[in-house]
Amino acid sequence: MTFEYAPAPESRSIVSIKPKYGHFINGSFVAGKKHFPTINPATEEILSHIALGGVSDVDKAVMAAQKAYTKTWSKLSGKERGKYLYRIARILQERAREFAVLETLDNGKPIRETRDIDIPLVAAHFFYHAGWADKLDYAGLGHSPKAYGVAGQIIPWNFPLLMLAWKVAPALATGNTVVLKPAETTSLTALLFAEVCQQAELPDGVVNIVTGDGSTGAAIVNHPGVHKIAFTGSTDVGKKIARAIASTDKKATLELGGKGANIVFDDAPIDETVEGIVNGIFFNQGHVCCAGSRLIVQESVAEEIIEKLKVRMAKIRVGDPLDKNTDLGAINSKEQLVKIKELSAIGDAEGAERWSPQCNLSNKGFWFAPTIFTGVTQAHRIAQEEIFGPVLSVLTFRTPQEAMDKANNTPFGLSAGIWSEKGSRIFWASQHLKAGVIWANTFNKFDPASPFGGYKESGWGREGGRHGLAAYLKTGKETGAK
Amino acid sequence: MATKKPSRIDVKKTYKLYINGAFPRSESGRVFEVTAKNGNFVANPALASRKDLRDAVTAARAAQSGWAKATAYNRGQILYRIAEMLEGRSEQFESEIALTSHTTPAKAKALVSEAIDRWVWYAGWSDKLQAVSGATNPVSGPFFNFSISEPQGVVAVASSESFIEFSDAVAAAVVSGNTAVVLVPGGLAVPAMSFAEVLATSDLPAGVINILTGSLDELAPWAASHMDIDGFDITGIQKKKHGALKEAGAENLKRIHSFGSGKTPTRILAFMESKTVWHSVGI
Repeated sequence: MTFEYAPAPESRSIVSIKPKYGHFINGSFVAGKKHFPTINPATEEILSHIALGGVSDVDKAVMAAQKAYTKTWSKLSGKERGKYLYRIARILQERAREFAVLETLDNGKPIRETRDIDIPLVAAHFFYHAGWADKLDYAGLGHSPKAYGVAGQIIPWNFPLLMLAWKVAPALATGNTVVLKPAETTSLTALLFAEVCQQAELPDGVVNIVTGDGSTGAAIVNHPGVHKIAFTGSTDVGKKIARAIASTDKKATLELGGKGANIVFDDAPIDETVEGIVNGIFFNQGHVCCAGSRLIVQESVAEEIIEKLKVRMAKIRVGDPLDKNTDLGAINSKEQLVKIKELSAIGDAEGAERWSPQCNLSNKGFWFAPTIFTGVTQAHRIAQEEIFGPVLSVLTFRTPQEAMDKANNTPFGLSAGIWSEKGSRIFWASQHLKAGVIWANTFNKFDPASPFGGYKESGWGREGGRHGLAAYLKTGKETGAK
Repeated sequence: MATKKPSRIDVKKTYKLYINGAFPRSESGRVFEVTAKNGNFVANPALASRKDLRDAVTAARAAQSGWAKATAYNRGQILYRIAEMLEGRSEQFESEIALTSHTTPAKAKALVSEAIDRWVWYAGWSDKLQAVSGATNPVSGPFFNFSISEPQGVVAVASSESFIEFSDAVAAAVVSGNTAVVLVPGGLAVPAMSFAEVLATSDLPAGVINILTGSLDELAPWAASHMDIDGFDITGIQKKKHGALKEAGAENLKRIHSFGSGKTPTRILAFMESKTVWHSVGI
């Protein structure tokens, strides 16, 4: 017999969305000039209208951030700064359900993830960094390390509020003030965060939020009053930012793309591994820069793994993101859906074999069934390019060294996974993989205490942990620089 | 008629490049002239070409994994050995530096002593970096999570004409397990190529440090845009030229840094990457 799940939708009554939003500058909302709609990607319903920030809006926000830095924030002790961050963490916990529902509405990711992963991690990030604010002398970055001033922060749409937390929490803890631009398609939780700043009575101008598109982001990058750029997004845009600031004294951390290798050795615990593969690529619809998008599996167990993976994939529940049983939600935007479809079509054309379980996808909204490609070679574009969707490319290997060579054969170097029961083999592999984050017998785990960031073209710098503080403080290198 | 007995004729050194543990001439056949303060000829070091740079990168890449795999203790001993070899030949370096950087013998002696001490200082970092830069991270969950620093790979170094700054930059780049392609301008070419002889007798594996002499204006942009160079120390280049190099380096998001004078572990860590490993814990 088959078990059917009754719908179990989370109520959206907890959120109230305004028909139109402005920018959050100097502690209050200011009206925007032009607006664009933001939609629920699961239904294409227009949720609200978001202000399109221009050069003058960015300029006002930077001025406010500069003033706040000089007049208030830099004069506060670390102890007092930290208390503001603790307040923010607590208010986020209090309003967690509201944030989770709003994030799911605006982003399309399942409520199970926003409720259990995104929002708890957001609060944890503020709580963790709050404690650093008065302990920076002990962070190993030299005596009394100094803030840069105004940090310009540009974040993506895949983990909207979590990426805000990754950026804002360390910036404030280290004494910087912030001008943040959320992604075009997912501004709502950032704007709700502005309310949290007001409730926490954070001094005006310490956090400023300017909404908009790529041009708004460029205005932040190019503003002479911004001293440090923190960007999470595509490698292409990361390179543009690197070029744009090349002739300036601006510092940057860039958290960019990936093509993570999830490596399965023949002694791996098969059932756990299959769960890990599913979590590695289908978590958050595969909209994860560190996704395990290349499964590199030892030949002798490949058949068994793929067979079990298909059985498991058939049980993935794709549908209403607000339903508490949903595993795979909506693709965040039409644009992203087109990109996923295009690269998958290239996978077909290049001769890889596509498989998806039968899924009843809604006509409204943006959907893509969980998909695997087998028979993929290293030359295939689906083994090289980031798809940023629920699409897994499967490659095989015979010797451990071959697995390492294949895993490292990419310009990226963000993440990797290792599945094996043998401790020494795990350590051997983790030494050979050129990746900033490695998960052994697990995948897609995040924690504010754990540094995150990539090798090679996956970016510059780390976020989280003691290492992440360096991104927001002038360390010995800068203070002694010519 | 009294004939003056001719004094012995010096056997002069040919200054070539140092690539992959060997001393080739520039494939371009080009040289440039180094003179003393009074204008007298000193040497014709090789004027390295783009092809020489590529060859040096190939050698550095090939040597990198082996050098990184050597134990930290071993790398430390080899850097210390470089200091020993320098000490033994300090008089030669003092006279070459006095001659080519147009300074007094006393100043040259102080410079060489300080450079030797810098090599000793960096040597000691090899097996201490992890202790000060790594971490075990108390994550919320059944995981053993730790961060370690690893060398980036191949690092290019654009040196100034100072032998101390040259020593700082090169030692900082390689002590962690990177291999280096070092670009040396002007009169420093003379002591730098004598330094290559020090390297050749210090048990340093071939290709770990490669030295190209010539024009930084020519070589640095090629290094900045080379897709198989991971990091670039541009301290020896004027600040106004940094922008163009960083722009060229953006294509592979090269880690490009410059540093003030003085020794700092920050310089070593700038050419390392932090790797964080999550181990699940269970029975």
